[in-house]
Amino acid sequence: MTTDVEITTAVSSQFPSAAPRASADCPAFNVPATEAIAVLQWLRDRQGYDFLMDVTAVDWSAEQSPRFTVVWHLYSGTKHTYVRVAANCASDTEPSMPTASGLWAGADWHERETYDLLGIKFTGHPDLRRILMWDGYPYHPLRKEFPLAGLPTEISDPEIAAELKEGVISAPMAGGPFVATPGEPMSEAEPRAKDEAWNEHNEKPE
Amino acid sequence: MATDAPELTYNSKIEGELFVTKADAAINWLRNNSMWPMPMGLACCAIELMAAASSRYDIARFGAEVMRFSPRQADCMIVAGTVTYKMAPIVRRIYDQMAAPKWVIAMGACASSGGMYRSYATLQGVDRIVPVDVYVSGCPPRPEALLDALLKLQDKVKKERSLSKLLSA
Ligand code: SF4
Repeated sequence: MTTDVEITTAVSSQFPSAAPRASADCPAFNVPATEAIAVLQWLRDRQGYDFLMDVTAVDWSAEQSPRFTVVWHLYSGTKHTYVRVAANCASDTEPSMPTASGLWAGADWHERETYDLLGIKFTGHPDLRRILMWDGYPYHPLRKEFPLAGLPTEISDPEIAAELKEGVISAPMAGGPFVATPGEPMSEAEPRAKDEAWNEHNEKPE
Repeated sequence: MATDAPELTYNSKIEGELFVTKADAAINWLRNNSMWPMPMGLACCAIELMAAASSRYDIARFGAEVMRFSPRQADCMIVAGTVTYKMAPIVRRIYDQMAAPKWVIAMGACASSGGMYRSYATLQGVDRIVPVDVYVSGCPPRPEALLDALLKLQDKVKKERSLSKLLSA
């Protein structure tokens, strides 16, 4: 992967408030939330970063402040390089960020996903609804305090919920998370409960 | 005398051979051999379901090739794939729309138990929302396994007391 070496100085001379961000791969910047869209537009129009690869966010957990960071990944179709832009959300309880859907139509669904899973409101978004979970789901599942097994809640369709008389349950986590381990042989690597000391019938040892 | 009015008696030369059977057996025989599936293809297992219907495995040999995308015309829902909680009410509604008698095959680990998705988004087994007749293990099950499930279901249907169910319904 080639790296755009000039972009770091170009960004910091154009936007004095932008700071370089630690990165293991492509150039990355921290920018204030208020300037994020201006930086993205400048990267797109002046630096050839014409393709929005991804919009996502990081939850640094409830103890941290700022708690939420929105991350954009851009790709240049002419330079064949990537750049990462990150901005912290001002509020830890009601995080919000201006939308990039005016710059890239593709930001629309990325932002809906980020809203759905992490609860970040993108101001100015044309249609900010949940995209994976159903409308009315009460949680944001990728937040740090949300358990992998989920929390009990209602099924989305009230008619069916009344008929079934049961709702969403926490998935049985017997034996711990059900995950794959990298490596060989396949019989060891395939997804399975890692801690067989406990299951549905025997309590988890403390 | 009977010979004076021969047309009133059973004439096997004209009418052919006579079969005596039980109503249950006749009804079940009819149901068994044209089990039209409602393909609930929700994830990767649906690919194997398609393979089961294609020429190599040919589910038509067992009378279940008429995949109906209308629940009104289907007898057997094949739940092939991961049922998310978002999809669950829809699966149940389609099941409710199917005309009785109806059966359900849970195809694959996901449909049977949630499979490897022990998470907030996945229904932990489709038997939590619809009654399942046959479970098929595998991730995904091979088409032969689905054919086997279909035969198992046919065996089950053969033993049903269909007439008394029909009369009491
Ligand atoms: S059981 Fe396996 S193949 Fe079938 S839907 Fe689940 S993950 Fe896919």
